[in-house]
Amino acid sequence: MSYVEIDEPGERVLLMGNEAIARGALEAGVDFCSGYPGNPASEILEALARAAKKFDFYVEWSVNEIVALETAGAAAFTGLRALTAMKNLGADVCADFLMTVNLSGTRGGFVLVTGDDPSAHSTTSELDTRNYARFAEIPLLEPATTQEAKDMTKWAFDLSQELGVICMVRTVTRLSHSRGVVTLGPIKRDKRSAEFSSQDVWTSGSSTIECMFHSILHEKLKRAQEKFEESKFNWYVGKEDADFIIITSGTGWPYSLEAVKLMELENEVGILKLGTTWPLPEKLVASHLKHAKEVLFVEETDPFLEQNVKILAAELAAEGVGPIKFYGKKSNHIRGEYGAGTGELNVDIVIRALTETKKATYPLREKEYSEKAQKLLGSYVPARSMGFCAGCPHRASFWAIKKAAKWDGREAIVTGDIGCYSLGLLPTGFSVAKTLHCMGAGIGTANAFGNLKDFGLDKPVIAIAGDSTFYHACMPALVNARWNGSNILFVVLDNNTTAMTGHQPHPGTGVNAMGDSSPRILIEDICKAVGAEVRVCDPFDLDEAVQNLYEMLQNEGVKVMIFRHECPLAFPEEKKARVYVDQDRCLGDECGCVRFCTRVFGCPGNIWDYEKGKAKIDEVICNGCGLCAKLCPVEAIIVEEVA
Amino acid sequence: MTLEKGLLNIIITGVGGQGNVVASQIFASAAVRDGFYVSVGETYGAAQRGGAVMSHVRLSEETQYGPLTPEGRAHIVLGFEPVECLRTIGSFGNEKTKVIVNSRPVYSIDVLSGVSKYPAVEDVLKAITELVYSLHVVEATELAKRAGDPIMQNVVMVGCLVGSGFAPVKVETLREVIKETFAKRRPEANLKAFELGVKEIKRTSPL
Repeated sequence: MSYVEIDEPGERVLLMGNEAIARGALEAGVDFCSGYPGNPASEILEALARAAKKFDFYVEWSVNEIVALETAGAAAFTGLRALTAMKNLGADVCADFLMTVNLSGTRGGFVLVTGDDPSAHSTTSELDTRNYARFAEIPLLEPATTQEAKDMTKWAFDLSQELGVICMVRTVTRLSHSRGVVTLGPIKRDKRSAEFSSQDVWTSGSSTIECMFHSILHEKLKRAQEKFEESKFNWYVGKEDADFIIITSGTGWPYSLEAVKLMELENEVGILKLGTTWPLPEKLVASHLKHAKEVLFVEETDPFLEQNVKILAAELAAEGVGPIKFYGKKSNHIRGEYGAGTGELNVDIVIRALTETKKATYPLREKEYSEKAQKLLGSYVPARSMGFCAGCPHRASFWAIKKAAKWDGREAIVTGDIGCYSLGLLPTGFSVAKTLHCMGAGIGTANAFGNLKDFGLDKPVIAIAGDSTFYHACMPALVNARWNGSNILFVVLDNNTTAMTGHQPHPGTGVNAMGDSSPRILIEDICKAVGAEVRVCDPFDLDEAVQNLYEMLQNEGVKVMIFRHECPLAFPEEKKARVYVDQDRCLGDECGCVRFCTRVFGCPGNIWDYEKGKAKIDEVICNGCGLCAKLCPVEAIIVEEVA
Repeated sequence: MTLEKGLLNIIITGVGGQGNVVASQIFASAAVRDGFYVSVGETYGAAQRGGAVMSHVRLSEETQYGPLTPEGRAHIVLGFEPVECLRTIGSFGNEKTKVIVNSRPVYSIDVLSGVSKYPAVEDVLKAITELVYSLHVVEATELAKRAGDPIMQNVVMVGCLVGSGFAPVKVETLREVIKETFAKRRPEANLKAFELGVKEIKRTSPL
């Protein structure tokens, strides 16, 4: 059993930030949860799904984020407590509903959790979703620790229910994917009933009604602000009337605290830690701006607090507050490797900012040591790029695409999409893909690339998407392509799971979030209904795969090639084939293949035996797919099926 | 055992797929049971795709620290792979850092494709000894094979960490956590891997 589900109030357990958020929802007595997988937020719904049957509530992976927010919103209209979790770019997807459900309001507690990814560890954007809270005029909470992740999520339900408006909790990778000690509270199980009476109307209205609802939203936000002034999630530490203060939120808090401690500045620098960051608790912030001559802002990604506090300071100037010198992103004191407002925070960034602004010194590692370390690293540490796993069917699919495009000879344009196969832009995917943006953008952009003949662009177009991405965002663009006469080949890489985010189910897997069987909605059925030419094959049947692709490239209209092979990590074979190199057959560097298996093919299971000057298989890593055996020009790689 | 300035920074480093997260999770869970405040910062994105991964495990007697260790402040580095171990020491090591490393290289695709060269393991180990206080070299993958599966090198290495006495977490507490964590996934084999690690480190002399 997971620690998330232990019903022992007072127990101290180690929880991942995302698990702590899930636990907060359990302690709030959540009834309805939805979301779409995406790093760094995926584990929130996974933890809730595991607990759902035991505590009798509902969890679904929705087909995408806007459907997730809409389903949870509807549940909240009926008085249930509802949560939706997603990554930062998912907030973009659900923004349309967000910008209206804020106005209509809700009855039950309704919480939106967004996971931002400063440094874009596993995302295509560092997008700061706090801007959505300000944009949609809804209350925003930013947990700084795993304990707060739990406590704030729980409180967000109460706040939302009391105010009748959706509340947002913003987490970041370094909180979501960190573990910390959390003291558990009691799990609440109020069995609520969903109600929709004949008097109920839920809408953002239009015309004067919309303006009226908009005004009501402003009132709700004012009430949130009053509550935030007293919130236990905001506090100040350090010298009471410090001239120099740090204003921080989220993970900026532990980093600031540690930096101040390491630099022994506790008696000079005050830290105002804010957990409720929109609307700003203005009275609380003002009380500290009054004694500050210098303010340093420490926050992840955008200068959100920085801008909002500066507006407040401008208003307070007439009351004699200031002048204050502000440091942060605008002044370039809080900056990552690529400049201010890029990259994630850490303690060292805060230390550097304090060193520059306070003229303080800090005993860094000796210069001599760092130089020696850099020199040794330069000599002995090779790069380690990401690549497809050993046995990944995507490697076969990209090889087939590369080969078919070469046969075709017209310099096909290949558009990429979001998933493990985003790596198709890199050498591991033979650098086949040439565009990468958001979910569904592969086929979306391909629509135009395949429809620009009149403008002189007449190249074949291949769009790539995974199975989960197909359901999430590709269907409208597929219909559009057919409707508007685009000439495209759409390759769907169907590995029967949402692999990138940790193997969640999707509408084609026949399973739902809670593990119950569900109808399988087949990709080929949908594509056929649209009127596309559809073929299905296993990419490991390489010759057939290439032949199919080549033939379809010669045909006009919308074609769909489904490459179907299960992700071997999600569905490991009980007995994998033994693959090895017959080194008597391998010709080594005399072959003329220029070490094809290791240099070109790029599977981590194919290694080079430097002693013998021959190819070799790392049997610890090899997954037994045998694709390399099909490609070796002298058939030196042997696949031994295990009986 | 009292921690210097109340804080112990351990970094577990390796390659995606080597079980970094599981290793940090079982070690950190045991540390919580032994009464410490524990923070763990993980790398997830690259975990399944062969990238470099790190887990920062920070133990404190006094307070909950943030998830990332500042530059040059690792007390212990547990390396699942020689080159990744050196890479981590380059950023977080200092003259007092104690290191335990699995000597088995995992070649990156850059090395396999010939873009980069993987150095001789002896040279990497020598470079590490030039930068740190002590280095224990363990053939953890071989030990894991003896326990039943080379993949369990992560559990062998946790055994080494706890058996070394560098970190104030009890062997017995880890045994309990391993039994619970792997209750459905080869508990006996994992426990064996752990015990092999505990024993191995005791008879290994540091370089």
